[in-house]
Amino acid sequence: MAISEPGAEVAEPFAVELKRAGLGATGLRGGIGHFVRRHPLGAAGTIIMGVFVLGALLADLITIYDPLQTDSALSLAPPNAAHWMGADFMGRDIYSRIVYGARISLAVGIGSTLLGCIFGAAIGLSSGYLGGWVDLIAQRVIDILQALPLLVLALVMAAALGPSLRNTIIAIAIPLIPSVARVIRSNTLALRELPFVEAARAIGMSEFRIAVRHVLPNTLAPVIVLATAQLGAAILTEASLSFLGLGIPEPYPSWGRMLSESAAEYVRTAPWLVIFPGAAISLTVFGTNLLGDALRDILDPRQRS
Amino acid sequence: MASYLTRRLMLMAVTLFGISVIIFFLLRVVPGNIVDILFDSAGMVNPAEKVKIERELGLDKSIPVQYLAWIGGIAQGDLGYSYVSEKPAIDEIAPRIPVTAKLAAMALIFSIALGIPLGVISAVKQNSGADYALRVLSLAGLSMPAFWLGLLILMVFVARFGTIPIYTEPAKNLWDELLLYSVPAIAVGFRSSALIMRLTRSSMLEVLRQDYIRTARAKGASAQAVNYDHALRNALLPVVTIVGIEAAFLIGGLIVTETVFNIPGVARFLVEAIRTRDYPIVQNLVMFIAIVVVAVNFLVDLTYAALDPRIKYAE
Repeated sequence: MAISEPGAEVAEPFAVELKRAGLGATGLRGGIGHFVRRHPLGAAGTIIMGVFVLGALLADLITIYDPLQTDSALSLAPPNAAHWMGADFMGRDIYSRIVYGARISLAVGIGSTLLGCIFGAAIGLSSGYLGGWVDLIAQRVIDILQALPLLVLALVMAAALGPSLRNTIIAIAIPLIPSVARVIRSNTLALRELPFVEAARAIGMSEFRIAVRHVLPNTLAPVIVLATAQLGAAILTEASLSFLGLGIPEPYPSWGRMLSESAAEYVRTAPWLVIFPGAAISLTVFGTNLLGDALRDILDPRQRS
Repeated sequence: MASYLTRRLMLMAVTLFGISVIIFFLLRVVPGNIVDILFDSAGMVNPAEKVKIERELGLDKSIPVQYLAWIGGIAQGDLGYSYVSEKPAIDEIAPRIPVTAKLAAMALIFSIALGIPLGVISAVKQNSGADYALRVLSLAGLSMPAFWLGLLILMVFVARFGTIPIYTEPAKNLWDELLLYSVPAIAVGFRSSALIMRLTRSSMLEVLRQDYIRTARAKGASAQAVNYDHALRNALLPVVTIVGIEAAFLIGGLIVTETVFNIPGVARFLVEAIRTRDYPIVQNLVMFIAIVVVAVNFLVDLTYAALDPRIKYAE
């Protein structure tokens, strides 16, 4: 290209171009190789997420100490050979608590994201497909849920439901509903006018079946992109709730709660109590964000940057 | 335009009404009200006493009646009394608002001052090393919980100065006040600046692909003129909308940051009130936050229409 334009790709020989576009990337190995070349940051995100998921699953195998075992002799022990990340005020091993904390963080993150997506999909699909008063009511409910910041709504929900793992998942899932519902609704509005819906209707398919079997699957790509972004938001919200003492109750080792235990004091005396749990939260969310960006590029070409 | 405004204002009223109902009833499904908690902790068992206090607080009435009493009170400027301090809720809430407002304003200024220039650099030098570094940095900013960033900043202060810059007493002069708020404002604003940077970058890239940019280049305008005079001014339009998203976004950061830095603002007060089951404070604060978010979004939409003549609110 003669006109130099920031953002324009330099023309390449066709063969290289086609290879970059994924031609010849066949099979699982080829597919993975192509993903890593095209989306190195996405691949890094996948690896980070993979490490945390494996750590959560294999927590029993990769830790020596019980995350709940207290030992007054170890109170505020700095990192050492036996306890690489040190010990907290009650002498509990920080490394074990972080590994087991991954279970809580991921369980709450994935649980609330799934729950939020299911309810959001149900509301968005019925509101977009049925229209009329269903749409009107759904829109108002979404307006209401959106007028409150995620953390505020989650805080009030968590306080109303009481502290427990299940309630924390519900408290975080509800504020996630509106964005999923909006995306599915707007996609459904466009999809229901398309010929394949008319065709399904012409062969006598029930409206419910058309909505669920034909319209819903076509809205999945943007929802997957959104859900990845929301997974990060859900993990951060759980950490904030637990940090404020309104999330996961003791004795579960939650990363946010590990920071809440008078963290501002430990900044001075025991910085390892502050650094490691916060790094675990940030790294996990960073992984979901990297993966989310790559998925958006792949699945939602309109938003490609 | 007039009909658009009426419609919009009515929808806002419906939203706020819905929030008031939801919050009020949500707070009352909690098993155990303030009286139960007081009696449990004090170990008092005189049931007559308990009934008397419940009557004084109006907790003996049915929930819909309590709701009407609250809304009726708001209409007359009476927000009820705090259960904890027994002072009027308005006297508890109002003095804390300027503290949070200052912090929020400084955080917003910081995030714009950092986010927009970095977003522009990232877009103009797309796919360069600087672009990649900035993109990774902004994602990292979005991944850090605001309270952890706050704690890390405290840690740096301890290491360098041996003190913790947490709020102890109201500042004596403007300069002290700026210093006092600037540290927590960075903790809150960093996350927002990452968001603004990402939006500025994608908006700028979008604009740089437009025909009129090509025309400007063809006419021989310098890169400087094209990037800043032609592209940036248009690219900033969508960035305005982010202020609306930010309003909701910042409040979450304010809640945890005020807790970390011990700042006596409304955001930390909400958490305290939730912990102590101080319903009159919680419900009024949540309504206040909802009004702020709804109003900011409304103003952003109007500003957007004013700035971009292509947008007309008809209907």
